[in-house]
Amino acid sequence: MQLDETPVLTVRDLTVRYGEGCSGCGQGMEKNRCPVCGSVWAANDVSLDVFPGEVLGIVGESGSGKTTLMRSLYFDIAPTSGSAFLRGYRDGQKNIWDASPAERRTMKNNIMGMVYQNPVMGLRMDYSAASNIAEKIIAAGSRNAGEMTARATELLEAVEIPVSRMSEMPKSFSGGMQQRVQISKALANNPALLLLDEVTTGLDLSVQAKVLDLIRRIKVKYGVSILLVSHDLAVIRMLADRTIVMLDGKIVESGLTDQILEDPQHAYTQQLVHSLI
Amino acid sequence: MNKNYNFAFLDEGSKREIRRAALKAVAIPGYQVPFGSRELPIGRGWGTGGIQLTLSLIGPDDMLKVIDQGSDESVNAVNIKKFVGLCTDIETTTDTRKATIIQTRHRIPEIPLTNEQILILQVPIPEPLRVVEAREEVTKKMHAEKDYAPMWLQLYESLVKYKRVTIASEYPCMVEGRYMMNPSPIPKFDNPKLHKAECLYLFGAGREKKIYAVPPYTEVVSLAFDDIPFEKESFTGKICRLCGSADTYLDEVFDAQTGERVYQCSDTSYCQEVRSRAAR
Repeated sequence: MQLDETPVLTVRDLTVRYGEGCSGCGQGMEKNRCPVCGSVWAANDVSLDVFPGEVLGIVGESGSGKTTLMRSLYFDIAPTSGSAFLRGYRDGQKNIWDASPAERRTMKNNIMGMVYQNPVMGLRMDYSAASNIAEKIIAAGSRNAGEMTARATELLEAVEIPVSRMSEMPKSFSGGMQQRVQISKALANNPALLLLDEVTTGLDLSVQAKVLDLIRRIKVKYGVSILLVSHDLAVIRMLADRTIVMLDGKIVESGLTDQILEDPQHAYTQQLVHSLI
Repeated sequence: MNKNYNFAFLDEGSKREIRRAALKAVAIPGYQVPFGSRELPIGRGWGTGGIQLTLSLIGPDDMLKVIDQGSDESVNAVNIKKFVGLCTDIETTTDTRKATIIQTRHRIPEIPLTNEQILILQVPIPEPLRVVEAREEVTKKMHAEKDYAPMWLQLYESLVKYKRVTIASEYPCMVEGRYMMNPSPIPKFDNPKLHKAECLYLFGAGREKKIYAVPPYTEVVSLAFDDIPFEKESFTGKICRLCGSADTYLDEVFDAQTGERVYQCSDTSYCQEVRSRAAR
């Protein structure tokens, strides 16, 4: 699919390999592991584009490389090879994985927002909810406490957390509330790209629905592009415009979400879609 | 002077190393320079950083003053003076104006110091970021990248919880807009005295093996948000019971028998000076 718009995010040939690799890698692999040298190819030659305002879904089983892709983009993992370009960083001309630590921090604070499956990874559990949001604003350079509090209030209201609880620590919140604080933290600096890694996994159904509804509203309200990782096809169907299917570190199929779910081409996708209860 | 020891206790090689570290510290204001902290006849963490600076800088013509929490007469101050006297024979004084080297713990004297004077502070924890990050490896990187957001977050959290910044001493400041510095456990009342001062401030941490400096006329700004200005302790309505000063840092003295609270200057030499001026 070729669009005229400039993508918010472009990833080309991302590979994350654990182990030395050998000449036999790639032939006769046991899932993503080379039986000769034992190297694990967590992500293998992954390329994708995310366009402005779209939600790109990524599905795949556990160990298929979804989270590896997200963590690489958020600089939690250093990729073995490959390049990625963000429209907001040097006009998308420079590979983000070659950036200096300071530039990486700027990207994480100003261009991207990350929501982890486990809130412990994304939140400071023993700092207040307001401070969790302020952390992002401080990191982006603001030194105005009043503005931070105003922004925290606005965002917590947007995710339906009572403002009266903004000075409480997330560790005293329920799982769904923690996830909503994490989302508001990720939105603090109006990022162009939101990375959502299994945000509804582990939440009960009514809370799941609330969080999904929130993501939908955020997308409309802030016009943010979203990279959405999930193994739940219902979540993908509800939110994603386009979907990528990953298996053993590779992309095996991509296309419009309806197309993928209604007319899957790859054997794995067919199995996945038909596994829906 | 005890002839069994070298002048000023330390051997000349050690003194030279400490002076080199101090010179580097002066060249990079606010940066913590590592140095080989020597063994002294005092436990590390009891002012050994300050003492090593004093011993390596002191010469036969110097006049030494030692203060501990503002007092010239406390055990720590008296013993350090005795120790330096034992191995140098140099004169000591309680008069802030007469001293060329002043070693201090927890206070900066009330009267402004001059370009002819060096103030040496004893530092327990030189790393301002230690409260937010326990690993030295990480704090080194944070300084290198000027990543001070976690410290600002600490300040903001205090605003959220208590509606004001609650740090009373060791109040962090930015030196020349580059390095964040722990001014040692001086009350924040003394922080403004570091800014564009005439004298040289040297900070020594013996246990942590770090030396840092604020050279004369250096910009030292205490951390504060744009809309919430830095505030030092206020003693409004209280005066020193001995000299009547209203603009000094006051110690609270509590009488358990009568339940009475009185206040007096923490800087004893300044208090005495005011009193003797009044008596004349």
